[in-house]
Parts: sequence; structure tokens; C-alpha cells
Amino acid sequence: MDRKVFFKGRALPALFLLPQLAVTLVFFIWPAAQAVWQSLLQQDAFGLATEFVGLENFAEVVADPAWRGAAANTAVFASSVAFLALAVALFLAVQADKSIRGAHIYRTLLIWPYAVAPAIAAVLWLFLFHPSIGLIGRALNAAGVAWNYQLNGNQAMLLVVVASAWKQVSYNFIFFLAGLQSIPKSVLEAAAIDGARPLRRFWTVVFPLLSPTTFFLLVVNLVYAFFDTFGVIHALTKGGPGKATETLIYKVYVDGVDNLNLGSSAAQSVILMVLVIALTAVQFRFVERRVHY
Amino acid sequence: MTDDATLARRALARQRRERWLAHAALGLGVLVFAFPIWITLVGSTHDAATIGRGDVPLLPGNQGPENFAIALGEGGGRMHTSPAAGMLLNSAIMALTIAGGKIAISLLSAYAVVFFRFPLRMLAFWTIFLTLMLPVEVRIIPTYQVIVDLNLFNTYTGLTLPLIASATATLLFRQFFLTIPDEYVEAAKIDGAGPLRFFRDILLPLSVTNIAALGVILFIYGWNQYLWPLLIINDRSMETIVVGLAKMIGSGDSQNEWNTIMATAVLAMTPPVLVVVLMQRWFIKGLTETEK
Repeated sequence: MDRKVFFKGRALPALFLLPQLAVTLVFFIWPAAQAVWQSLLQQDAFGLATEFVGLENFAEVVADPAWRGAAANTAVFASSVAFLALAVALFLAVQADKSIRGAHIYRTLLIWPYAVAPAIAAVLWLFLFHPSIGLIGRALNAAGVAWNYQLNGNQAMLLVVVASAWKQVSYNFIFFLAGLQSIPKSVLEAAAIDGARPLRRFWTVVFPLLSPTTFFLLVVNLVYAFFDTFGVIHALTKGGPGKATETLIYKVYVDGVDNLNLGSSAAQSVILMVLVIALTAVQFRFVERRVHY
Repeated sequence: MTDDATLARRALARQRRERWLAHAALGLGVLVFAFPIWITLVGSTHDAATIGRGDVPLLPGNQGPENFAIALGEGGGRMHTSPAAGMLLNSAIMALTIAGGKIAISLLSAYAVVFFRFPLRMLAFWTIFLTLMLPVEVRIIPTYQVIVDLNLFNTYTGLTLPLIASATATLLFRQFFLTIPDEYVEAAKIDGAGPLRFFRDILLPLSVTNIAALGVILFIYGWNQYLWPLLIINDRSMETIVVGLAKMIGSGDSQNEWNTIMATAVLAMTPPVLVVVLMQRWFIKGLTETEK
């Protein structure tokens, strides 16, 4: 899809493209290329000499039990966040799609958590689930559940999952609601006339019609859980207790910024880059049909 | 006995039951979503001792004005004491620069790609598109290195400039520009309007809705940045409120000045939440059209 009528000139478009391209090259392409290059190098213990080691860094990263642990954490974390955020959002969207009074008020009240930063979401949930000052944390302890996310790895994971999913539900809700509203009412009426009960109508008619939305949201939620939840983990658990909530992104940060292990951090970055590229490709290939190149 | 009247009554009863269920479910949903915020608001209106003892009540107290005054003017938290007023200003500068910058350079580059023919046009477009696949999280160290090499560490430029490249904004404007009829361009040419004039007097006014919708999303994106400011700023006078708030928590000690922290949390989320609630229409349009 292209225009047929154009303006003449080369200097003007070049000038107009310059800012975007300059920022892209200096702060995106160049660092990404650097990451790939660094991932092939290794520094000695004193940082005096670097040598080319090929794929050795990758072999070390993949063989490292700490990295495998982080990968396992990421898998558990990302799939839990995506599932929870999608399921809750779908349920609420189906309710809000019914013709009830005040539907738009519910809608307003459900979409604003989108505006809360992941790190702030972490602070809110910490304040609720803190073992000694949190309302729910104390109630749990009083009820005989030994609740302390600062000591118990599973509880810490649960808390970062809930805080991350809480924030993402709004986003999914908006898309599910838009998807539901675009289903022709006649289809639902036809199913109703055929005698299908509401629940059956949902699973056999509505849910299949929503599947493009669901698939798109699944990809977006996975990307969110992989990359945008750094703030939740950094503010809430710092990857702990132990390494119970250390995800791949968090590990790149710790190895690069705190431990200054550049070769390994770069190799980990490159692995994550491949992951984002794959996810984005999936998103545009199978979902975003509206964009033509 | 199932005559028509009974069937109709049953159907009505079922409808009523279903509506009641929807209200109950949505009410519960709203409650779950609002509860953490409510407790934060409550926490910001009590004194530190009450919270430290673990007696957070369910209703607001009367320490609100003091807590907010301290949060804004002095800051709190034993490890970290930046006043929120300065941090709010830094966040506003960051969010507005990022949103404005992204919109400006994306409008320009989409215009160049759509309304002109020139060599390497598609290469330029794909280079911009590539940024979608390179979030800062996967190239932390080398990007940090670039900032240090360019002497941009601890500067507003370093904080915002690397984040204003935008593939999504460029894609959105490109899509929109492609829908503008060729006749507009022809008419402009006949009237003797050059490309700059066309951009300013025709394209920009037509794009206002898209700019507003995108602006809302990008403001929130900018305000909520975490990893990048954490890396680029270590001068406390330049700290943004989201990072500053997380630092106030430290390791989550119960002796923290939680009342001040909660007041700061309220201050930190108020601007983006207000933007979403007040500009809801633009927000939903922006969200569903950029699809991220």
C-alpha cells in the first residue's frame, strides 16, 4: 500500500528522517551490535586484556545452573502472570459486556491500574502483604499461615506474580471488551435461539471468535512479563529470597551492573534479544495483519 | 406445565439473575483493584507509629496534611530522603520530553517515508522498525556505555533522548498518513503549497486526534520508566519519583516511615492515573490503535 502522488525533493525527507535515525543508530543499533560483539569476547580478571572466544560465553551461560534457575523462574513467572492477567480480564470483560446499568462506571474503575508503574504496583502490594505491617500479611499470620515473602521463595514468587498481573489486567480488559463488542449480536441470538445456555454459548461461540484477540494479548503479556516487570522485582524482592524471584532480565542487570561481568551479561542480553525478536515476529506475522509493508 | 407465560417468566428471572451476577462480579473486581490503592491512601493519613505497630486501620486518619507536607518538602524513608516535590518535577520533565519528543520525531519520519520517494526509503523505515525488537532491557550495558562516552550520565538529555526513538508512533502515523487521499496533496500542489506548508497547515491539523491519543499513552510510558532512570541518574536532585519511591522502601523494613512513603506513593501515581481517567476516550483510542 503506497501513495501515488508525492512531493519532490531529497534534502527535506532526509532532514526529517535524521532525528529518528540518529537516535535509533546511536542508542539502539550501535549498542545492540556492541552487545553481540562483547558476547564473543572475554576479559581477564583484571580487565586488562580481552580475547575473542567465539561462542564460549554462550556455552558458559547456558551451562550455568544460576542461569538455568533464572530461566525456570522466568518461565513460571511469565506463564503465571500471562494466565492470571488474561483469565481475570476475560471474566471481567464478559461481565462488563452485559447490558447492565452503570457498565461504563465499572469500566472506568477497572482501567486505571494501567497508569500505575510496575514499581509502584510493587510498593502497593508490599504494603498489603508485608508480614509485620501489611494488613493481609498480618491477617495471614494471625490465621496460622506462616507468611513471610522475605524468607519464603514461593511466597515471594506469588507476590511478584500477583503485583505484575494486577497491573496488566486493565490492558487486557480493554482489548477483550473491544473484542466482545465487535461480535455481532445476531450470532449470539442465533445460538440462544438454538437453545445454547450462556456458559455453552461462551465456550462454543464467543471464545473462538475472540481467539485472535486472545492470541495477540498472550504475546503482549509474555513480552510484558519478560521485560517490563523488572521494576516489580527490583522494588519488591530484589530477586530474592536467595534467587527465588531472579528472572532472566534481572540476572542480566545484576551480572552487568553489579558484578560487571560484561561478557556473560552481553551473552545473556543476546539470548534475550533473540527472544524478543521471535516474539515480535510472531506478533506481526500472525496477529498484526493490519500493518502492510 | 410449561406454557408461554411460564417460559417468559423463567427467561426474565434468568436475565435478572445474570445481571445480578454481573454486578456482583464487577463489584468484586473493582474492589480487588481498588483495595491496594485504598489502603495506600489510608496509610498516607496515619502516623508512622500506628503503621509500624501493624495497626493499619481500614479508614483514613487525620495525619494526611502533615504526611503530604513532609513527603513533598522533606522526603522520608531512613535510607533515602529526597523531597517528592523535586522528584515530581523531574518525572514531569522526563514524561513530557519523552512524549513530546517521540511524537515530534515520529511525525517527521512518517511524513518523510509516506510523502516522498527517495533512495533507501525502505531501509530507513526498517531501521526504525527494528527498534521495536531492541528494548533497553536487552542492551543495558552497551547503551549505558554510550551514555557515559557521550558525557550524558546524570543529565536530562541522557535520561530522555535514548527513549524518544519510536517505532510504534512512526507506524501509527504512517498508517494514518496512508489514509489521506491523494487529492489533498494534488490540491495543495495546485495551490502552490510546498511540502513544508502541506505538513504544517494540512497534515498537522488532521493528526490532532492521533497526537492526543498517542500523547496520553506516551506520557504514561514516560512517567513510569524505571530501569533507565535507575541506571542513568545517581544525582539525587535529578531522581524521578518512581525510582525514588522504590529506593525509599529499601529492604522493606517495618521501621520505615511508611506514612511518608505511602504519601509519596499517592503523589507518584496521581498524575498518570488522572491522565487516564480524565482523558479516557483518547487513552482507549491510543491504546487500541498503537496496540502497545
